[in-house]
Amino acid sequence: MDDLECGYDGRVLLQHVSFTVQPGELFFVIGGSGCGKSTLLKHMIGLQRPTAGTIRYFGESFTDAAPSRRRELLRTFGVLYQNSALWSSLTLRENITLPLEEYTPLSKHERNELAALRLAQVSLSGYEDYYPSEISGGMKKRAALARALTLDPAIVFFDEPSAGLDPVTSRKLDELILQIRETLGTTMIIVSHELDSIFSIADRVIMLEREAKGIIAEGKPLELAQTSRDPRVQEFLQRRAVLPATGA
Amino acid sequence: MPTTSDVAKARATSRVEGNLLQVELGGIWEITKACPSWNDIVGKAKPARVQITLVELENWDSSLLLFLFEAQKWCVEAKAALDASGLPKNVRELLNQIVAAQGKDVPVDRFENPVTLVGQAVFDVWAKIKQISHFVGECTLASIRLAKNPIRFRWRDCISEMQQCGAMALPIVGLIGLLVGLTLAYTAAVLLREFGADIYVANFVGLVMVREMGPMMTGIILAGRTGAAFAATLGNMKAGEEIDAFETFGIRSVDFLVMPRMIAVTLMTPLLTLYANMLGIVGGLMVASGVLSIPPTAYWIQMQTSVDLSDLCSGVIKSITFGGIIGLSGCLRGLQSERSAIGVGRATTSAVVTAILLLIVADAIFAVLFNMLGI
Repeated sequence: MDDLECGYDGRVLLQHVSFTVQPGELFFVIGGSGCGKSTLLKHMIGLQRPTAGTIRYFGESFTDAAPSRRRELLRTFGVLYQNSALWSSLTLRENITLPLEEYTPLSKHERNELAALRLAQVSLSGYEDYYPSEISGGMKKRAALARALTLDPAIVFFDEPSAGLDPVTSRKLDELILQIRETLGTTMIIVSHELDSIFSIADRVIMLEREAKGIIAEGKPLELAQTSRDPRVQEFLQRRAVLPATGA
Repeated sequence: MPTTSDVAKARATSRVEGNLLQVELGGIWEITKACPSWNDIVGKAKPARVQITLVELENWDSSLLLFLFEAQKWCVEAKAALDASGLPKNVRELLNQIVAAQGKDVPVDRFENPVTLVGQAVFDVWAKIKQISHFVGECTLASIRLAKNPIRFRWRDCISEMQQCGAMALPIVGLIGLLVGLTLAYTAAVLLREFGADIYVANFVGLVMVREMGPMMTGIILAGRTGAAFAATLGNMKAGEEIDAFETFGIRSVDFLVMPRMIAVTLMTPLLTLYANMLGIVGGLMVASGVLSIPPTAYWIQMQTSVDLSDLCSGVIKSITFGGIIGLSGCLRGLQSERSAIGVGRATTSAVVTAILLLIVADAIFAVLFNMLGI
């Protein structure tokens, strides 16, 4: 991302945003509510166009690409939305086989097999014929992750993956994300403000701040927490639940 | 002179000593009960200093904070000094928090003058025209893709939609058709009886049903039933980011969501229209034979003297157009919907209103066109 500026209705939300994500990296975009994390994500996945600046993937400009080339680049992404965004009229199997049907020459049998494999990867074997309305929030997130991985994307984007999940399910999702990165080498860009996830699995973070309208910190989360002198960074990263010490 | 505001249990008394206004607060301050107001206490006084203390304060909640905040605001505007040192520490801290929050957030100026509103409305209309043109263009391109590669079309979804907007609409379309035919026959009979021309009820009902009322009433029913359903479904999908999920997979939502619905309603509307026509004619027949004592066979033969294939075809052509309009407006409004419950509601209403308006415009255009063509 190179000197990105974005906003709407004449208001600038983010400006001079520049960063690079390395292949295979677990990269977090963090910050408080309303700082523009989800807006930045929407620009990265092509749902909105920036007012200035460039977004490049694999050295190629995404913002200036022709519509057909943009669509090709989109196929290298997977996206896990905050509310899962599973297609409610389709079963979990159909949610996964639809992109395969559109973009691969696989037969129906092969598509169904691959769907079963993807669901097994996220511990949802046996739920292939369930509709999204019939499963829990945590299961929807995992099914949505399976769908995001359908076309073996090079990059997977996560929009607040832990939103609405209990701590145990959230940790299991973090473990799944790590496992997928280790087995598939996928680059993961995660928008989140969950400190436990950030400190557990992030390789590198950038922190956005609403009043600054841009990045105020970049680096490894533990290093930032320990060495950053910016009070805003400290206030955000130090605000973790601390278990009371037991007397012994 | 001290002024006192006696209100139930919450008390606020004030005393002016030169430039100083001393205010004593006490009692039980509850937000659900009437409490003293700062404006009543300060009245027309203009002190340079205000000192607030608590005397026998038993219980308090936000109502006390509100009073203190009003006092603080008045002091800032009147450039008076506020001495709140007599207040407990927690009350002072809460008051400081409210004041800090008010100071930080720049109030949004929501005033809009009429000229700006008119200008904005013009821009909005132009933006909507561009959106509609873009959507019609997308649908046209999607139709071309469908014609080139019909195997990739979502036939299963299309058939499901046909059942919803076609078969499931038979009862209501039939009922409305029958009642409209009945009403037309009664209305015609009133006038034609005076001339002893009761038999021409058959011509009147047949012609009006087949050319106008059949297509129009079917279109209006489907606009309210099917158009609204399309808008609500797509609006909800938009609110749940399902449309975004299509876009990020590079799957055109027009191909996947809009075309099956458009084709379903465009195919079903003429069939439902023919059904409505038939029941409308039956309704007229019921009135003719029951009230006017016209034998059914005579009614049928008389009707055929004025209703021919060109009338039937003109009704069918209209109904196909109406089906396309209903599909377009329902899907367009659904995709334009805001991502909220109220947005989906507005989209649904807008879909119905837009469809009905366009149906009537189209009907008028057809009337002129068919007249010019002599059909």
